[in-house]
Parts: sequence; C-alpha cells; structure tokens
Amino acid sequence: MIRFIVRRLLQLIPTLFGLSLLLFIWLRRLPGGPETAILGERGTPEMRAAIRHNLGLDEPILIQYGRFLRRLIRLDLGTSIATKREVTTEFLQRFPGTVELTVTAMVIAIGIGIPLGYLAARRRGRLLDHLSVGGSLIGICIPVFFLAYILKAIFSENLGWFPSSGRQDPTIGATRITNFFVLDGLMTREWDAAADALWHLVLPGLALASIPLAIIVRITRASVLEVLNEDFVRTAEAKGLTENVIRRRHVLRNAMLPVATSIGLLTGGLLSGAVLTETVFAFSGIGAFIAESISQRDYPVLMGFIMIIAVVYVLVNLIVDLSYSLIDPRVRVR
Amino acid sequence: MRASRPKVAIAAVAAAALAVAGCAESDREGSGGSSKDTLVFGVAGDPKVLDPSFASDGESLRVARQVFETLVRPEEGGTKVSPGLAETWQPDAAGTTWTFKLRSGVKFHDGTDFNAEAVCANFDRWYNAKGLMQSPDVTAYWQDVMGGFAANEDDTLPPSLFKSCTATDATTVALAFTRVSSKIPAALMLPSFSIHSPKALEEHDASNVSGSADDIKYPVYATEHPTGTGPFKFKSWDVPNKTLTLERNEDYWGEKAKLKSLIFKTISDENARKQELRSGGIQGYDLVGPADVEPLKGEGFNVLTRPAFNILYLAINQKGNPKLADLKVRQAIAHAINRQALVDSKLPPGAQVAVNFFPDTVEGWNGDVTKYEYDVDKAKALLAEAGASDLTLRFHYPTEVTRPYMPNPKDLFELLSADLQAAGIKIEAIPLKWSPDFLNATTSGNKHDLHFLGWTGDYGDGYNFIGTFFDRQKDEWGFNNPALFEKFKQADTTLDPAARVALYKELNADIMNFLPGVPVSHSPPAIVFGKDVTGVKASPLTDERFSTAQFKS
Repeated sequence: MIRFIVRRLLQLIPTLFGLSLLLFIWLRRLPGGPETAILGERGTPEMRAAIRHNLGLDEPILIQYGRFLRRLIRLDLGTSIATKREVTTEFLQRFPGTVELTVTAMVIAIGIGIPLGYLAARRRGRLLDHLSVGGSLIGICIPVFFLAYILKAIFSENLGWFPSSGRQDPTIGATRITNFFVLDGLMTREWDAAADALWHLVLPGLALASIPLAIIVRITRASVLEVLNEDFVRTAEAKGLTENVIRRRHVLRNAMLPVATSIGLLTGGLLSGAVLTETVFAFSGIGAFIAESISQRDYPVLMGFIMIIAVVYVLVNLIVDLSYSLIDPRVRVR
Repeated sequence: MRASRPKVAIAAVAAAALAVAGCAESDREGSGGSSKDTLVFGVAGDPKVLDPSFASDGESLRVARQVFETLVRPEEGGTKVSPGLAETWQPDAAGTTWTFKLRSGVKFHDGTDFNAEAVCANFDRWYNAKGLMQSPDVTAYWQDVMGGFAANEDDTLPPSLFKSCTATDATTVALAFTRVSSKIPAALMLPSFSIHSPKALEEHDASNVSGSADDIKYPVYATEHPTGTGPFKFKSWDVPNKTLTLERNEDYWGEKAKLKSLIFKTISDENARKQELRSGGIQGYDLVGPADVEPLKGEGFNVLTRPAFNILYLAINQKGNPKLADLKVRQAIAHAINRQALVDSKLPPGAQVAVNFFPDTVEGWNGDVTKYEYDVDKAKALLAEAGASDLTLRFHYPTEVTRPYMPNPKDLFELLSADLQAAGIKIEAIPLKWSPDFLNATTSGNKHDLHFLGWTGDYGDGYNFIGTFFDRQKDEWGFNNPALFEKFKQADTTLDPAARVALYKELNADIMNFLPGVPVSHSPPAIVFGKDVTGVKASPLTDERFSTAQFKS
C-alpha cells in the first residue's frame, strides 16, 4: 500500500512538469498582457513597455519558463502582478472557501443521491423512479448559473430565508484561524459565526450540487439494478436473510464501486464548476479569483493556482482509489 | 458487540468536532451595536492595495478617500478645488512655488500630529522613491502627474515636475515645482497624494517595496496599516470573506462620521449586487446597470446620478486607412452617425450628446465649435468629393466590459455601424476582449481604423481630458499636428486660470475643426443606496463621502 502511494506521488512529478510547460506557453500566447489590465485607459505605450520589461515578458519564453521553474523548485510561486501579494497567500485565503463549498455540494449530492438512486431502483417503474430519473435529467440540463439566480430570487430575495451572497455576515466580526469559516467558528467557540457560515453555504451548495446529484442518482440506480439481478442476491434471499441485511451487506456494498469512482471524478470537476457558482454568489473562492486573474493576465496567480489544483486533484483521486479496498475487500492496491 | 461502521464514523466526527471546539482563542470584541450604525456597501472588485500611493484602481481609491485626506479636495458633489488639509493656497509670481496654509489641530489615526513636516515627509517619500517603487505599475499616478523622481533609475522616465517641499513653520508648507503646470493644484486632489502619518510609514517600513522586478512585494503597511487623518479608520481587511471594514474616527477634526462602521463588500456580478440590495444584505452599491436605474427608483431605493464627468468618443486612426488622413472623410464619418439616437436609446437617463471632448462641468467647455449634425446625404457627398465612396473600415469594439461612459459597447457598435453603412461605408467588425486585447490593439500599431474608447476625468481641469488625448503624437489617433501640440504646451504652462481656460476654449474649437475623432456622449453613472439611507451626495469624481451617510431613524 505504501509503495502504491509513493509510486502515485512520484507520477505527479512528470505530470506537473508537462502541465506547467503547456500552461506556461498557452498563457503567454494569449494576446495582450498584464500591463494593459493594470493601466487601463491611462497607459501610454512607454509605460506599457516599461511594465513588460520589468516583468521580464520581453524575454524569450524559455528563459521566462526557466525562471519560473527555478522558483518552483524552491516551492516559491511568486507574487500576484495585480495585488503584489504572494500567490501562496492568495491561495490560502481563498482555497478554504472553495473546499467548504465543494464539500457541502458533495454532502448534499451523496446524502440525497445515493438513497434516492437506491429507492428508485427498488421501486423500479413506479412513481418515485420516474420522478427521480426525470428530476435528474433536469438537474443535468439546467445551467448552474441559472439555477443559482432562481434559488437566490426565491429563497433570498422573496422569502429571505438565506443570505444571497458572501461566506459570512461581515458584521459578525468572526475570528479567522484557518479560513475554513465553519471550522474557525467551532475552534473559537463562536457558534453564531459557524452557524452563519453554514447558512451561507446552503444556496451555493445546492446550486453546485445539482449536476453531481443528478449523476449520482443515475449511477446508483443503474448499479443497484444490476446488482439486484446477481445470483448472490437471489441466494441470499433464498437463504432467508432479512431485506435489511441483504441491502446493507450485499447490494449496497457491491453497487457502491462505480459510485465511488464517479464521486472522485465529480469532486475534481466541482473545483472547476465552482467558478460560476462563486461568481454568482460573490463567494470568495479560487474559482472566482481564477476568472478574474485570467482577464488581468495575472500569470503567476494562474500558474500557481492551477498547479496546486492539479496536485489536489491527483490526491483526491488517490484517496478514492484507496477507498476501493475499504468498500470491496477483494480489491487490493499494489 | 461490534459497532457498525456508520456508528463508528459518526462517533469519530463528533469526537473530532469536540476536539477542535474551543481549541483557539476568539479575538472578537463585543458584538458591534445595532445594524443602524453599520452600512454595508457593495463594490464590484476587491481593492488591490490600501496605500493609495501605489493605487490606481477605483476600489482602492474609494477606500483611501474615507481613510485619508489630501491637501486640497474637490468640493462636495463637484469638481472645484476646495480646502482639504490645507485651508488656503497661493502660487508665487513665477507660478512654480505654491504655499499651502495647513489646518491645525488635526491628528493622524495613530495619535501623532499632522503638520507641515508630515506633509514634507510624504512628498519626500514619493519624490525619493528608489528601486521597485519607480516601477510604473507601483506609482502610476505619481508618474502620471509628476513624471519622474529625484533620481530616475530608468532613462525613459521624464524629469520630475516636483522639486522640493519646505516646511516654513508648523502650518505652512511650500511646494516647489520645476515649471508651471496645469496640473497644480488640481491633481493634488487625487487620493494618491493622500497624507500619511510619517510615524506609521516609518514603523511599517512603507517604502520598502521588495522582491524583484517580476516579483514585486508590497510592504505590510500597504495591506494592513493605512494611517491617515480621514473620518474613518481602517479596521480590518477580511480577504477570505471579501470584505473591508472601516470604523469611525472618534478624534476627527471635522464633523464626525454618522456611521459607527462602514463595510465594503465585493460582489463582482452586477445582478448579484442588485439581488443583495433587494434582500437587505447590503445597503447600497456602485456601478448600477443603466437598465436598473428606473426599476430601482420605482422600488423606492435612493438612486443618485453623478454629474457626467466622462466622454465616450469614436476614435479615428489616420495611420490606419490612408483615406482617414483626409479631413473630408473624417467629416463624413461625423455626419453619418446619429449620436442623438444613440444617446436616447442606449445610454442611461441624463446622458447627453458631446459637443467637445470634455463635459460642460469642466471650465473651458466651448459651445461655439463646429458641430456635425446627422446628415447622411452630406456624408455621402463628402465621401464622393474625397474619392472614398468605396471605403472599408476596421471598426474595433470591446466585449465583456462596462465602463462608466460605455455601458454596452456591442449595442453602441451595432447602431453606429448601421449608420456608417447607410452612408455607404463598409464596416469590418472586430470585437475584442476589453482587457488587454482591445486596449492593446487600439492604442498601439495601426491595424485599427475606428474604435470606441473614453475617459473618466481624474480632476476638474480640461487638460486631464483633451491633453491626455491630443497633446502629442499617439498611436491611438495616428496624426501629427505640431501647431496643436504647441498650443497644448502653452495651455499647460499658463498659470493664470482665466487665460488657461481661454486657451482650452480655443483648443476645443481647433480640435473640432481638425476632427481627430468624434466626441459621442457624456453619461452620468449611477450609485444606489437603501431606502432608509440618506446624506450621501453623488460626486462626478466618484468622491462620495460616506461620513455623511446615515440611516433614517
């Protein structure tokens, strides 16, 4: 198992190298540069040239890339061109928001999706089945930003149940430790701050959960249906085991393998899907910041953020692979 | 009995929650009063930096205007130079030394005294900037106004306009300049010339812009310790929550702020700002979409319209298509477009057709210039005379952007390009992403023939508009007109305000005869406050003073 983990982590190195090179070249090939974003209407050609020169953007691209690599080896991702703060600082201030949002969305998607998919399979062809299959089709089709506006219009503007933007009410004045607001609230016993942060997660979490929820319902349903037809289930039924035991020990467990795989992939996808949700809900996370950085051509931020996200993505999928052996004892990682 | 896995998992989560609960200190003070003394204001972007010496983005400047003060400032709701930290000011006979009489009894937020020495410490800090502080993206406004520094480290930097600062006595300061300039004193109203506490600058190493040219790091002063004399003090910048909190300066020399705290909350999406206002999460926001002005008014919100202080123009590049160097062709373009229809149908209420390249709120505006009425036949005749009846022009317009003077570039493009086509000019549409593609394409090279661009004034002097556009050869316009450039130089170095204004009037007439482009419109941007918020006066310079904001009781 340890060898497996080490090998997977070593595979990261060439992956990151290739990704960084591609990304570096692609970003530099985009027309324009950060100097125009900084200066706006105010810039003169001389000022723009001076900024390009200072940033080293007038040098050959391989020399620029070499400089980036030399920094990267020292784990230094540089500073943001726009804010002049360190890229790692910017990341640590925003990543927790995206993690909270992604986890909320996955909790909603898994918590509702698996039971719903299972029930739909057990009541195949009946009303609940049709409702969940039809509902999940809508969930996949509806654009996230549209759903976000609808949720906000209903639950925030009209009913006033949930806040419509941000991560926490700024007048609470909560203490920041890890920038995971819920966790910080618990750690400092600022219960109201933790509850408020949770409250702020509901609508964006629901919006972001819509697509994974729909996918999980469908995969669970299909997978359970398949397992229900297996010989061992019939055997268990013939043995006279109670439905509860069959469901827990035999059906769900075997049906969960494809679901677990998809959860791993979906979680990674959510990191990128968060861009729209974060923007519409003015939710401070990496997605909205990346979108902003692209328009500002803030190269160090884009390089740094995407490299870190790639590492996180690989780690999440590593954890998913490891979890197979928990779900199915026959799977042994080597 | 073996516990089932779910039970183990729940127990583990509960144990973990208990373990973290209370493991860190809360540094929170008692919950801050009623919401009636806290205003949350929605802004479109995070400020980039809190030291306005380094700022050029609107959101950083907005914060600076509440925390800091300048020697002179715009009159409330206007553009006229009026007293700030200085009560009076006077140039000497040569016009190169300005003497400012300072207000007494003013204290910085750190308790130290504001006086003439503090003013000189600030000017000396900017003037003596070294190394990375001379980078054009660090001290953009200083370079815009003053040119260079005491010792320019880059040969391309012009010599400094600023020469020296002398503290004659505790409340008298003399600023010496190398020549007469139209920028003084008006440019000193810019937040970038805010006066900081010298003690705080020293304590937090504020001039230590470190790193390397491609990896600049601001000192901690610029992100955590801005210390001025303004009606609000900086309290906290909660980047993870996209909010910045200011609190009332209880020792303010003037009328104290009505609000106990003022919070700026970043909501980049325009619709999201509107939804948040309606749901009560914020009590005001800036950059109101033109289409939202009337509906919000109808719902009872306080929509304030700023006096227009901007210009949208249609630029013509004479180095693009060679035919554009012919005045008749440029006149044809001006006659071909129906600017009134554009203003009526696409711009917010209160917008006007432009007659000059600056609005009539700026002195030197001239109503008696050549005007180009909408006349398609005349346009066709002029084109025929110039032998340019089969003209094809590349028309650049920006996408994914709203500027205060240009709420919807694509709509504007469609109207004007239809007008031009009606006059027989073929149009090749070139939509480009605003930043940086559009700005790069239209301000350098010569692949552009026509494009939209505009400007929002920094301060109330005509040179800041027309001088910025036309006082020298620029790739944006592609013309060389030495007589015009010479007259600009003359205006810039004329000390007597009346004589300078007279020159601006002449320049406006000259420009409209030469017609380097067509001034299109001035739009008044709107800002909105909650139904129960009063006391804020809209400013053409976006210099709204939140210290006078209050909730109706």
